[in-house]
Amino acid sequence: MTASSNGKPKFAMYWASSCGGCEIAVLNIHEKILDVDANFEVVFWPVAMDAKYKDVEAMPDGSILLTLFNGAIRNDENAHMAQLLRRKSQILVAFGSCANEGCMPALANLSSVQEIIDTAYSTITTDNPQGIRPQPNYTVPEGDLHIPTLYPIVRTLDQVVKVDYYMPGCPPESHQIAAVIDLVVKVLHGEAQLPPSGSVIGAGNSTVCDECTRQRDVKTIKEFKRIQHVMLDTQVCILEQGVLCSGPATRSGCKALCPAAGSPCIGCYGPAEGVLDYGARLISAVASVIDSNDPAEIDRILDGIPDPAGMFYRFNLAGSVLRASKSAWLNKPS
Amino acid sequence: MSEQFEPVIIGFTCNWCSYRAADLAGTSRIKYPPNVRLIRLMCSGRLDPTFVIKALAGGADGVLITGCHPGECHYLDQNYKAMRRYLLLRRTLVQMGIEPQRVKLVWASAAEGARLASEITKLVEEIRLLGPLNWPTSTNGKVELIESMEVPA
Repeated sequence: MTASSNGKPKFAMYWASSCGGCEIAVLNIHEKILDVDANFEVVFWPVAMDAKYKDVEAMPDGSILLTLFNGAIRNDENAHMAQLLRRKSQILVAFGSCANEGCMPALANLSSVQEIIDTAYSTITTDNPQGIRPQPNYTVPEGDLHIPTLYPIVRTLDQVVKVDYYMPGCPPESHQIAAVIDLVVKVLHGEAQLPPSGSVIGAGNSTVCDECTRQRDVKTIKEFKRIQHVMLDTQVCILEQGVLCSGPATRSGCKALCPAAGSPCIGCYGPAEGVLDYGARLISAVASVIDSNDPAEIDRILDGIPDPAGMFYRFNLAGSVLRASKSAWLNKPS
Repeated sequence: MSEQFEPVIIGFTCNWCSYRAADLAGTSRIKYPPNVRLIRLMCSGRLDPTFVIKALAGGADGVLITGCHPGECHYLDQNYKAMRRYLLLRRTLVQMGIEPQRVKLVWASAAEGARLASEITKLVEEIRLLGPLNWPTSTNGKVELIESMEVPA
């Protein structure tokens, strides 16, 4: 049973470990949102309407046609909702970078949970004289309280449940969301077919460089510079100017928005088609254009990249091959 | 019988130099420990850093990358690219908690069978001292146990 009392198929959207930007991107499709309303009954969407988890739990399995799930799996509440919405949904879409590959929340996979908690509750910028730490369970006169418990490793959605479609981006571009909604509406009216299960939707199959209009020539880099220290030429490839740009490894689909605005690609659309490990691909691209054959000089040039893991896995650590640092895996400070 | 740790090392060799050096070591009956599994590439420049990461994530304790001496690349200068990638990859792996000694770059020409064998012997001993890497993604079931473990705040 997928149709509600008014005959419309049901739609849900949920945020796990995320920032809320994906929800804004959906609302940013302007009048197209009316198509969503005209074709779907929105049954669960915490940012836009009031509904409780128990309402979802009460729904028959498979009763939601389409669920857009954004956010990574950081704690037991996220995992519970992923499993619940998987059960209730016919089509589950990993929506946005966090659900696809971990995004910013997964940079926590470089540190042990203990380090993260210690930093949050006991460093100099925290006013916590009694050294209070959150307790997962606490009894108050009104009853027992439970707050979600952190997992040592941030996971992508498909490391927890089966995902039908992947829609990358931080957030997915509104024109791509609109195109996907158009497609789904066509499918509902029998005018189109769904892509094969497991497909990446709402994105291109090439790289950001392929969509970028800047002029490209031979890349020879003697020094990596921070963007705040240079006046970038507006026409020439940003990487050629010595500023790290993630275009060579990143999936197309955004129309190279950032380079067009004078800012390097930071890689939010995730690995390009066929790339197994995003960071490794970017390391390969960046290292090969260094203009030196002398190990000492190469090392000096590489000092211009102060945080390689943070740079090359900015959006992708949970989705990478190693997935987390050793200290995160073992939950021991490095 | 002592239970000595036998590291698993994946070795990437270049068709034009180090693969032949390994061959030469064999035909010259030079002995080196059997811990290294050699994979032949056409050039060290073919070595995508993904190969190294995949080897470590899949259970290898170390990776050996070999190529022609600087200036002697069959494809002019691809071994320099291998070197640059290696230096940047190593910095990244250190942040991931992988000891830099686990990934090693060695130049060995086709005539240097003895040198390759001695470098392999040295690397095996170094990694034996470091102990197993045991990256969690390499062991069935273990990952799920770690990642779903709840950590009290």
